[in-house]
Amino acid sequence: MSSWPHWMIMPVVLPLLCGALLILLERNRPAWAPWLSVASLLALVGLSTHLLIAADSGEIGVYLLSNWRAPFGIVLVLDRLSALMLLLSNLLGLACALHALGGDAQRGAHFHALLQFQLMGLNGAFLTGDLFNLFVFFEVLLIASYGLLLHGGGAARLRAAIHYVSFNLAASALFLIAVGLLYGLTGTLNMADLALRVAALEAEQLLLAKSAALLLLVVFSVKAALLPLYFWLPATYASASSSVAALFALMTKVGIYAIARVFTLIFGASAGLMAEPAGSWLAILALATLVLGSLGALAAEHLRGQIAYLLVASAGTLLLAIGLGSPGALAAALSYLPGSTQACAALFLLAGQLSAARGSQADALQAAPFAYGRQRLGLLFFIAAIIVGGLPPLSGFIGKALLLQASQTHALMAWVWAGVLLSSLIVLLALARAGSTLFWASDDAPVPCSGPAPGVAAQLSCYALLALAIASGVLAGPLYRYASASAAQLYAPQAYIDAVLAQDSAPARFDVRKEMREAGLSKGGAQ
Amino acid sequence: MEMMLALAVGTLTGSGVYLMLRARVFDLIVGLTLLSYAVNLFLFLMGRARIGAAPILDGQRAANLAEYADPLPQALVLTAIVISFAMTALMLVLALRTRAETGSDHVDGEEPR
Repeated sequence: MSSWPHWMIMPVVLPLLCGALLILLERNRPAWAPWLSVASLLALVGLSTHLLIAADSGEIGVYLLSNWRAPFGIVLVLDRLSALMLLLSNLLGLACALHALGGDAQRGAHFHALLQFQLMGLNGAFLTGDLFNLFVFFEVLLIASYGLLLHGGGAARLRAAIHYVSFNLAASALFLIAVGLLYGLTGTLNMADLALRVAALEAEQLLLAKSAALLLLVVFSVKAALLPLYFWLPATYASASSSVAALFALMTKVGIYAIARVFTLIFGASAGLMAEPAGSWLAILALATLVLGSLGALAAEHLRGQIAYLLVASAGTLLLAIGLGSPGALAAALSYLPGSTQACAALFLLAGQLSAARGSQADALQAAPFAYGRQRLGLLFFIAAIIVGGLPPLSGFIGKALLLQASQTHALMAWVWAGVLLSSLIVLLALARAGSTLFWASDDAPVPCSGPAPGVAAQLSCYALLALAIASGVLAGPLYRYASASAAQLYAPQAYIDAVLAQDSAPARFDVRKEMREAGLSKGGAQ
Repeated sequence: MEMMLALAVGTLTGSGVYLMLRARVFDLIVGLTLLSYAVNLFLFLMGRARIGAAPILDGQRAANLAEYADPLPQALVLTAIVISFAMTALMLVLALRTRAETGSDHVDGEEPR
């Protein structure tokens, strides 16, 4: 691992400290707050790049909190998948902060502090190796996301927030029940230790363990937007401000990460009687999600609603790849994930700029004049649409082609090919219709616009996200190599388990008990 | 004792789910609260129901779970209580704001047609 062991916890500690500091700064030095936030996010991006390079050596980094050995204490674990997700979340956080400089941050209090706490939750969820700690980080990121969703106020956001908050609270209750069941059965919550003990469960405990596994799947599917559980998503994402919606493009990926982690490590192929408790249901539901998500995009009346449905479809593609249950399919998913997430986030940012430029028509999918920027926005929309729709030569196409290739030997092959190709066609139709209505059928006119023209930072964040999405297609070779190495690492969980359980505590600099004894403070000395 | 506690968890969950499905914001909040009580009780029980067992080692008895109560679920419950308390407060603020902005206490912000 890297030279200084504490680098690994910095993605959690840094946003926590900056978030706390920002609350003070926003009151006393409001002009400094955005710069501290952006500086912290730049540092986080650098840090997660460093961790990604460290994880790419194939070594699994383990950080013992308070120096307690696993499974007695909480551990943070860094493997290839968590490093990739860390980098992606911090990049999106940076783009969100830059775009919010253009106005979204000023519509209410504490935007940047909430953003930092959101990233703390995301980074923690990607790093933790403990199931209850995963719950805690889920709550941290959810609480911050409630604040971000409501940021700026308004009746539409409040209505969406009631659904979003209550749905997620119910899901958290289910998460705790699943965690409790697993603890009651195995007596541990460390994921590596759970993997060993779940595999050794007796047949009579199977039913309870299976319910716990499926409850976890339901909880993660709420976050990941799987078929019967995605109905909260379109209204929520369409009502958030565009900077926030861009960051929320990553929120579904947390659920997908958790499914990929838990259902390869704890309930993976090596779990004996408990292997793959969901059977092929995950793949079937994901296919239905994919098709319904694309139909939703076709039926949407507003651009943001359409992008939200595109996110559902992209989550469906990723879950389908996980549901196929082979390292090849997972590698395809992981090379599809960065490009499609960044392109969807860029689309949300574009939708925000477009609404500002069209005044009262906002982002309705109707022809309406633009006050400025029609050609620039149109060009950017075109590039993002190619990536999301999965047309060659950009990254979306490569990811989907890899997925089709990986499903060739699977029993559901015909369904997968039909579903993926059909949904790509529908998405393409939806985006072509939206693009031609918004940009070709409209013209330029000095309409009263509802916001200022996007500043340098806001435009830069848009360009940067699209450039990253394009780069993940241009660099498809190295990305796919990394993705297949991650998938191989996930499907060989023994190395993860060994690394976590064998990690020794760091040698103590001083012996607390000895010093207490010498000072007459220990139990024996006090009596 | 197990039967009584199990019935309590079941009753709380059932009432909580019923209230959540009534689609009024106040009922929803009470329902979520009942559900979180059920979850806390359930988590607590997952450390096995024991009477009169101490969770902290006193050094006089053998250190095993036959002599002591499992302290971990109690720590989990404490965390869960703190989180659900904060979330209930947030939901209440949200409910009041929604009532003020939309004039309706239906979860959709308008009366069903």
